[in-house]
Amino acid sequence: MLSKTVAELSAALDRKDVSSVELTQAYLDRIEKLNPDLNAYITVCKEQALKQAAEADKQRAAGNGTPFTGIPIAHKDIFCTRDVLTTCGSRMLHNFVSPYDASVVERLQQAGAVTLGKTNMDEFAMGSSNETSYYGPVRNPWDSSRVPGGSSGGSAAAVAADMCAIATGTDTGGSIRQPASFCGITGLKPTYGRVSRFGMIAFASSLDQAGPLSKSAEDAALMMNAIAGLDSRDSTSLDHPAEDFTAHLQQSLKGLRIGLPRDHFTADLNPAVQTILQDAIKVLESLGASVTEVDLPHNHLSVPAYYVVAPAEASANLSRYDGVRFGHRAENPVNLEDLYKRSRSEGFGDEVKRRIMVGTYALSAGYYDAYYKKAQKIRRLIKQDFDEAFKSVDVILGPTSPHTAFKLGEKNADPVTMYLEDIYTIAVNLAGIPGMSLPAGMLQGLPIGMQLVGPAFSEARLLNVAHQFQLNTDWHQRRPEVK
Amino acid sequence: MSWETVIGLEVHVQLATASKLFSGSSTAFGAEPNTQANIYDLALPGTLPVMNEEVLRMAVSFGLAVDAEIGKRSVFDRKNYFYPDLPKGYQISQLDHPTVGKGSLRIVMDDGSEKVIGITRAHIEEDAGKSLHEDFQGMSGIDLNRAGTPLLEIVSEPDLRNAKEAVAYLKKLHSIILYLGISDGNMSQGSMRCDANVSVRRKGETEFGTRTEIKNINSFRFVEKAINHEVQRQIDLIEDGGRVIQETRLYDSDRDETRSMRSKEVANDYRYFPEPDLLPVVIDDAYIDAVRATMPELPDARCSRFVKQYGLSEYDADVLTSSRAMADYFEQVAQLCGDAKLSANWVTVDLLGLLNKQDLEIQQSPVTPTQLGTLISRIKDNTISGKIAKTVFEALTEGESDVDQIIESRGLKQVTDTGAIEKLVDDVIAANPDQVAQYKGGKEAVFGYFVGQAMKISKGKANPAQLNELLRKKLSE
Repeated sequence: MLSKTVAELSAALDRKDVSSVELTQAYLDRIEKLNPDLNAYITVCKEQALKQAAEADKQRAAGNGTPFTGIPIAHKDIFCTRDVLTTCGSRMLHNFVSPYDASVVERLQQAGAVTLGKTNMDEFAMGSSNETSYYGPVRNPWDSSRVPGGSSGGSAAAVAADMCAIATGTDTGGSIRQPASFCGITGLKPTYGRVSRFGMIAFASSLDQAGPLSKSAEDAALMMNAIAGLDSRDSTSLDHPAEDFTAHLQQSLKGLRIGLPRDHFTADLNPAVQTILQDAIKVLESLGASVTEVDLPHNHLSVPAYYVVAPAEASANLSRYDGVRFGHRAENPVNLEDLYKRSRSEGFGDEVKRRIMVGTYALSAGYYDAYYKKAQKIRRLIKQDFDEAFKSVDVILGPTSPHTAFKLGEKNADPVTMYLEDIYTIAVNLAGIPGMSLPAGMLQGLPIGMQLVGPAFSEARLLNVAHQFQLNTDWHQRRPEVK
Repeated sequence: MSWETVIGLEVHVQLATASKLFSGSSTAFGAEPNTQANIYDLALPGTLPVMNEEVLRMAVSFGLAVDAEIGKRSVFDRKNYFYPDLPKGYQISQLDHPTVGKGSLRIVMDDGSEKVIGITRAHIEEDAGKSLHEDFQGMSGIDLNRAGTPLLEIVSEPDLRNAKEAVAYLKKLHSIILYLGISDGNMSQGSMRCDANVSVRRKGETEFGTRTEIKNINSFRFVEKAINHEVQRQIDLIEDGGRVIQETRLYDSDRDETRSMRSKEVANDYRYFPEPDLLPVVIDDAYIDAVRATMPELPDARCSRFVKQYGLSEYDADVLTSSRAMADYFEQVAQLCGDAKLSANWVTVDLLGLLNKQDLEIQQSPVTPTQLGTLISRIKDNTISGKIAKTVFEALTEGESDVDQIIESRGLKQVTDTGAIEKLVDDVIAANPDQVAQYKGGKEAVFGYFVGQAMKISKGKANPAQLNELLRKKLSE
């Protein structure tokens, strides 16, 4: 039962095969059993979840249900939740209880979802392995010596290990898609502005976007129905007509034009991953899609551009953590400077400090033009590349990550090696367009994801392609044996 | 050696919106600390700014009032620095694309000379909170009620050449802001704050000298004193062989001096970059026209109208339109009594004299426009003379309220009865034979003496025109 999709569980709840309280209790039991090893959750909201479940059962019985009524979900600990600890994976917020709910949290609550808890993540979403969390690394359910990816590693591991039905995540440079790939699940990063950032703790404001980590494309569509849409509390939220993301899932792929970026399929890509992708492409071709090559000539500049823009924005976004009003505060400061220095030195981990320093440097007088301005130029070029490519293709397909999940500690020594993890995903954030990762195969017992990218507001199309692929493959149904 | 002073002013004006620039908190002054700070003002994680549109309208109306270029696409930027009363660790401001661009302002000096002062720009930004250093036993308290209040920072060109010009510029700015109703302009409460950039150079030089920035000037009077003090300090320094260093100085009004604030070796690097949480603010001509349509008549336009419509002198018209409240006051008086010139005299001389003496604003005037209008009407209809009117005016300032009652109860009514005046004239002539002889001998100046005597006897109540006429007639008989 716990491995079922939201769509299946919703039907089971409707049929009264199971109640939300039973389902919630079962997930809570599984969390209690697995979390000591996987460390996917930072906070589990046992009592609150059971209360919400009881209420949801009543709503469903009264016929007031939505597909999410009574569905046990998890939130990445980057979303503010009223009266529940919100840490963002940082010591800085180890004691922070938000007085308000994030827009995403509020909307899912209104849809009747049950919140099981808050999932582990890289500190302030800065990382690709979930190893920078103050609360310790998350382990990959497929192999506990490996990382689940990051920064939404806790959400990805929780979904893969059936510790929740579906989870929320955020993606600034690949933080939904890469962990989805490493954990063998489906993850969608929507168009920038499609999902409100209100109440989502900022890493890089112009890149951050919330989205689902799920067991199927259909589930991702269901969650998008709940969370997407204009929010007056986020000025960058887009006023795009509401749409039913499930409406086009069944659409045929006949005539679909798929583009393969030439520079993604080079000798640098693991040949086994290439083979897996070729097989996936064959499936899509058999469904009526055609394939051509496309050029993204500036893609190779995406990682350097990203590592200027994102840290620059982060350096300012993280200035509010000063020990004055909330969060970690150094004990017995002798003066203001001491309060700032020690609160921030003690509260932030190394990776966060590194990025604050990089960002501060990039914005400094004399360096601004050479770094920040140039990065913004590259960003425009990258967007133009995509615009150009989407004149001849509907979606772009490629790898999500160059390889399968790596071992804990394997890439910690050199930050740049870690940064290159996101080589295929970062350009999508810089361009503000939607991208998703879905399971495409297995390599030595570990899942491999493929990435689908489309033009702005093409989520429904991406979900359609992914759903059709999942109707014809079973990679997304593979589950790890967790002991 | 003669010196020239170069001054540029940066004026922060708190815009009179009901809520803050990027949050819904109230902006009312004087509430209990931190009762007007919501999750955004506290910079809680996950909160985002949402622009208050009223601020934009106010900024654009100011821009139109100073003939400025209006930014059709203004962009907010983050100005980064750490301070406890700056909760986000950055202030949202506008750097390269302010809402108000280049404009200008006309000032009139006391001698009637005019000068046009360039306005470089005016940008929208958030105010900071307040740090309170008393009452916390070695610690500081933070009050975030003011944090996020909308400010318009108006930057002038270095076109001002002395402290008096600076004051005239500031007063004109103050007047425009009050005309537009975009701020209460209260300097003592900090709704209008002024920083002055001051430098000196030898006459004839074209390069600017090194400037200092004087902060914390919170009244028109202090602007003049602070600048004059700083100018003298700089001149003394240079004449003694020293040089001015670029620094920020604080004006201490108690000691009437400026002193160096914690001097920094290197200028602050604010690491400005475009605010990613806000989209650029884009406006079109229709928006600008709509704002223009709601704007009141401004001081310069009102001044020209006063000259044309009422036949006032440029100077009087300028004084009367220097504040919206004063111009409104004048027009009420003029309308009531039907004599604009006489009204202008009374307002600019008697009323302003009184207000200056008692250090009052026109809004606090003890004499209402209706009272003054009635008083002038009584001069016009010959009930009292202009001179007696001063007595009535004084009674009004002392709290009596009914003009006619004052005239009645004190018996101030003018004597216009020809018989009575003729008797008065006869008496004066009879009592002063020597002076009559002098007058008849050609000493015209003695005439004033007769008038004075007659007025003295009539306690000022004799109608002056009738008195003059009869005196001349009788003396030439």
